[in-house]
Amino acid sequence: MSILVNKQTRLVVQGITGREGGFHTNQMMDFGTNVVAGVTPGKGGQWFTPDNGRLSKVPVFDSVQKAVEETGANVSIIFVPARFAVDAIYEAADAGVELVVCLTEWIPVLDMIEARAYLDTRQTRLIGPNCPGLITPGEAKVGIIPGSIVRPGHVGVVSRSGTLTYEVVFALSERGIGQSTCVGIGGDPIQGMNFIDVLELFEADPETEQVIMIGEIGGNAEEKAAEYIAQHMTKPVTSFIAGQTAPPGRRMGHAGAIVEGKSGTAEGKVAALRAAGVEVADNPDKIVDLIR
Amino acid sequence: MNLHEFQAKRLFGEHGVPIPQGDVARSPAEARAIAQKLGGRVVVKAQVHTGGRGKAGGVKLANSADEAAAAAEKILGMDIKGFTVRQVLVDEQAPGIAQEIYLAVLIDRGRRLPMIMASAAGGMDIEEVAETSPEKIVKVHVYPALGVRRYQTTYIAERMQLPRELWGSFHKLTANLYDCFVASDASLTEVNPLVITGAGELLALDGKMTIDDNALARRPKLAALRDLEEEPDSERQAREADINFIQLDGNIGCMVNGAGLAMTTMDIIKLYGGEPANFLDIGGGARADQVTTALHLILSDPKVEAVLFNIFGGITRGDEVARGIVAALAQIDTDVPMVVRLAGTNAEEGMAILADAQMETAATLSDAAQKAVAAASKRSH
Repeated sequence: MSILVNKQTRLVVQGITGREGGFHTNQMMDFGTNVVAGVTPGKGGQWFTPDNGRLSKVPVFDSVQKAVEETGANVSIIFVPARFAVDAIYEAADAGVELVVCLTEWIPVLDMIEARAYLDTRQTRLIGPNCPGLITPGEAKVGIIPGSIVRPGHVGVVSRSGTLTYEVVFALSERGIGQSTCVGIGGDPIQGMNFIDVLELFEADPETEQVIMIGEIGGNAEEKAAEYIAQHMTKPVTSFIAGQTAPPGRRMGHAGAIVEGKSGTAEGKVAALRAAGVEVADNPDKIVDLIR
Repeated sequence: MNLHEFQAKRLFGEHGVPIPQGDVARSPAEARAIAQKLGGRVVVKAQVHTGGRGKAGGVKLANSADEAAAAAEKILGMDIKGFTVRQVLVDEQAPGIAQEIYLAVLIDRGRRLPMIMASAAGGMDIEEVAETSPEKIVKVHVYPALGVRRYQTTYIAERMQLPRELWGSFHKLTANLYDCFVASDASLTEVNPLVITGAGELLALDGKMTIDDNALARRPKLAALRDLEEEPDSERQAREADINFIQLDGNIGCMVNGAGLAMTTMDIIKLYGGEPANFLDIGGGARADQVTTALHLILSDPKVEAVLFNIFGGITRGDEVARGIVAALAQIDTDVPMVVRLAGTNAEEGMAILADAQMETAATLSDAAQKAVAAASKRSH
């Protein structure tokens, strides 16, 4: 077991004929992900041929709906540019996939507000946008987290960051500590699944024994997560918050990583998490030491 | 992206939010001409991207065109919190101020909705009001499909004890401000203060707007409002090269792939007693040409005494990254010490390449930060 993606995942890649989409489809297939379809409007009927000759070709469709009808795809990943990405989210949700993972950066916030409101009326879950996706070691990778740095195990990881997460995961694997699933929820201010949504799944997952939560400045998702952890989590949670030295009012790379006035500071988040009984490392090198 | 007051108020005006008449001047002569046209009784306001202009002496009343020119003379060139004043807004004075109100539309990230925030305690720092008397702040969420409804503004007006005869115009103004917010892809539109004039009318005396950077591509007219004079050269160059870069005050330059890791690297430098000179994210892939541009940016800051590279090799392998760094350094003539830390895929091969090129390497982020801090303090002595 694990959360969200596993051996049963049947993945459709939106934007499979693009450069990024093609490159990462190869990476995902090499990892063992069951990629059943690709979608590029206007290119239906073509085939995607993986670099690895031992893997079978993937059919390309004009719409997600058709891809779902023909292949039974249940998870979608979006590799399309920002101006088409919101449409791609709507299309995947409309076609009824269970989970949409959107990697695209630069989607306007007001578009995401509308998309979120629509998704709340559907059964579809969204991860992202502006995220590295997720990976269940030994089973499936949906996104761009390097497959070489993970190993199967029992630590769940959830994070707003990309390479910072890879750091922590890599350090865990080097120590022989494996992961159940690693989820990058992304760095945008309005997103699909948040910390609490993922923590709930980890709490219910029998394979996950403890959780690492990596937060950063901006918003109050970490404070909300702290409340949830105090009230509902029985599994230990360890955390790190990036951005203690970030100047206020500046967007630190991620659209959501900004201290606005007195809200969204690292100090506030660390204090809320510690009050909820979460061990917070002051240095990501130390997170591994806190895991037992 | 932040707009200047005069830019924000022009947008307000285009959307039917009442604003004082006025215009921007870049010289005392221009200020005089504008004041003359407005009848002499004006307010001259510094246009810089920072708060506290009034306290710094950047806002002055003038009762004649000559006084306006004299005020502009004093304000232009003034330094306010590190920003040089290059332009002033010359606005007609409001005909008496009966009451000051705070009104804003912003995004509530937690509720994932736009939100109207209002307070009868206008003209003050709203963060301070939120802290000392939160009951004085009224918040109402707006569902995009519904827009601002009359009952919502009635609720706000009643909570603020606004005179009943103004409820109609308050609704119209608030709905227009929300339209301006949506049409501009703003993340904040703020009127502080919104005043009730002596004539009993509502008027947006001050304005602040932040545009969602993610939407600038589809709002070229707003993107063109960027004040290039206020943006440091290094940040402009970085923006043009698609590098996330923010200039800071410290002496240790950092180059990192990924925003979260870049913030963390700054934090760890501080943890070991140093001060970061910048935030810099070259993107996940760490391509050689990006590394070269980024290194130029960092070294153009004379305060930099050491540079720390912190790169996680994922799909771009550590040895490729190392070759990129070596190639970039070959093109740059500098004696600033550099410390490199690579982790992830093929990190050992990468570190060997860097060691061959006589670069100082570090095994962990803590180790790298300590070495960079030591190198910087040695060089500055």
